[in-house]
Amino acid sequence: MSFWQFLQTNWAELATLIKEHLVLVFISIAVAVVIGVPTGILLTRYRALRGPVLGIANVMQTVPSLALFGFLIPLPFIGGIGTRTALVALVLYSLLPIIRNTVTGILGVEPSVREAAVAMGMTDGQVLRQVELPLAAGVIVTGIRVATVIAVGVTTIAAAVGAGGLGVYIFRGLRQYDNNLLLAGALSAALLALGADFLLGLFERQFSFETKRKGSTAGRLIPVAVAAVVILGVIGVWQFAKQPAKQDRVAVGSKDFTESALLAEIIAQMLESRGVAVERRFELGGNLPHEALVNGTLDLYPEYTGTSFTAILHHAPVTDPRAVYDQVKREYASNFGVDVSPPLGFENTFAILVRGADARRLNLKTISEAAPQTPRWRAGFGQDFMSRADGYPGFSKAYGLNFAEVREMDLSLTYIALSSNQVDLIAGNSTEGRIAQLDLVQLADDRHYFPPYEAVYLVRQDSLARVPQLRDALAKLANAISTEEMRQLNYEIDGNKRDPKEVVKTWLAGKRF
Amino acid sequence: MNAADNQLVQFRNVSFSHPNAPAPVISDLNLNVQQGETLVLLGESGCGKTTTLKLVNRLLLPSAGEVIVEGKATTSWDPIALRRHIGYVIQEGGLFPHFTIARNVGLVPSLSGWDEKRIAERGRELLSLVGLDPERFADRYPRELSGGQRQRVGVARALAANPSLLLLDEPFGALDPLTRASLQREFADLSQRLGKTAILVTHDVREALALGTRIGLMHKGKLLLLESPEGFRASSNEQARAYLETLV
Repeated sequence: MSFWQFLQTNWAELATLIKEHLVLVFISIAVAVVIGVPTGILLTRYRALRGPVLGIANVMQTVPSLALFGFLIPLPFIGGIGTRTALVALVLYSLLPIIRNTVTGILGVEPSVREAAVAMGMTDGQVLRQVELPLAAGVIVTGIRVATVIAVGVTTIAAAVGAGGLGVYIFRGLRQYDNNLLLAGALSAALLALGADFLLGLFERQFSFETKRKGSTAGRLIPVAVAAVVILGVIGVWQFAKQPAKQDRVAVGSKDFTESALLAEIIAQMLESRGVAVERRFELGGNLPHEALVNGTLDLYPEYTGTSFTAILHHAPVTDPRAVYDQVKREYASNFGVDVSPPLGFENTFAILVRGADARRLNLKTISEAAPQTPRWRAGFGQDFMSRADGYPGFSKAYGLNFAEVREMDLSLTYIALSSNQVDLIAGNSTEGRIAQLDLVQLADDRHYFPPYEAVYLVRQDSLARVPQLRDALAKLANAISTEEMRQLNYEIDGNKRDPKEVVKTWLAGKRF
Repeated sequence: MNAADNQLVQFRNVSFSHPNAPAPVISDLNLNVQQGETLVLLGESGCGKTTTLKLVNRLLLPSAGEVIVEGKATTSWDPIALRRHIGYVIQEGGLFPHFTIARNVGLVPSLSGWDEKRIAERGRELLSLVGLDPERFADRYPRELSGGQRQRVGVARALAANPSLLLLDEPFGALDPLTRASLQREFADLSQRLGKTAILVTHDVREALALGTRIGLMHKGKLLLLESPEGFRASSNEQARAYLETLV
């Protein structure tokens, strides 16, 4: 698909993301101005505060944005996932340039002008409003301009905490190696930044008395602009605060890859068909879905038993699927008040793959059967597989593998490398959509080396009690998705670039639950 | 009219030192400014003459002694009321760069709540008074004016609320000699015509002799002598002689 075609098919979604992006930037800048300018004024009046306050704002600026979002998630009220956390982080980032330029602008007013103002009998408030602020306005608007451009950039990271915006395309594009998504997200963000810079640049010239012509309206513009920013900020915050109460909604989360988002969309549509309002909080990075589920921001999200078992509960890998499922269910109930749904019917584990032609020629069905071939074979493994506890070192030992060559490469590229004869064996994802398309064959893990990664939904017990339809929907999905079906669904998204909502809708229609 | 009524400003044993600075800027200053006179404070940089001026409109408060304006110590004046009562002119005018000339001149009246029509009228009247055509200058900005024109606007601004007292801090210091001479002449005419009391600070003895009804010579924070221009010319004081020798 060309970029132009991509834009034509996805312009509606892109427009929504741009709108989300702009709303985030606008609200955060408005709040930062409302906090930052008075703070800056205060700092010009109380010299002793200047060092500490600017110091704190400076430190805020140096915290990497992803880390700042991470710190905020566990905090009550300002934390969690979604728009609120993003806004808090964005405001913190925007404060420094605004406070600093307010201070610099006011202190930069010529001392003789300030002295004349005082000597004319102006009160401190009059000196501030009529002399210092108008003369500092250009510098203050420069600070707001810098803060806005930074905020447009930082807002792309907000997608990681589920706040939406153009970062959704950028993150998705990175994961799916889809240059159209990346380009659409990054280009739009860059254009927004340039646009904001340009518009505020015009504004800045209006505010700077140096370039002002006779009869300029800038003097009258200042109160209007300030009022507009404050009013719009208040409206934004109010809009945000009056989100519907949580009682009548189910918040469905997902991790940041195609399959997780698909599984989340499946349960979301099933709930909607049962008359339940759903809030989608998809594509959350790292451990966010777990954190959000435990603190109650999410009601449920799809997970894999092996991941819960090793990454969350910190147990050593076990190969028996039943034992893993039972222990995860027991410990999640007692530790987190979270229930584990019945398995969905497929695993997403490492799939040891070879070319179909090789498998048929050598009659290979299991990894053990392939082991004798390995001294003539080159292997291609992803970084993750090379480094993790249940990855390459243990795997090659368990089967006595001895490759002619092992190449470490990006997981997504290994499939192409295998089908184009660059390598002869890879460790892919068992539900990867391209397996069938590229005529690859999965060898059975006959020694049960890999721990089980059964797909399940993790759902809060109190949500099950609150929304009776949940239990029914989850029961319907028990054993309902085979590995083949999951591969096909993934391929519809990643290979055929279809819209996940449509794919899920079609699939559910065929299932007739 | 008794003597005290006639004295607009009185310095009584006034000293001033900056906090954390050992040497006082002004020590034990006694000085009376008479109604209607132009008192010139003459001295080199750092002698305390500008500080003396700032003590009058309470930009500074004395460390010891008291400054009395219209019979009331500056410490008991409301600083805002006191300052709106006194015209203040500084070098280059100290005009607000973001205000038009009309707004600069109308500043104190507008702070005092005059209505706009009256402010505009007063502005035109004052601009004409200082020799600037209101039609040409009212809507301009200070940076569009020459140094001499800005200085005229500074004087007009100081006169706007019709103060009884004018403070002028080296008002003609930054001007070229020709402009300076003509402005000095006009100022002398103007102050005589309006009957204003003025305290003018300068380091230029020519200016002191031309404008002052009395000349106070300051040196290292002390008032060395206070004389009429004739008395100053005849003085045997060493500092005064040194200034007079530069006149040749």
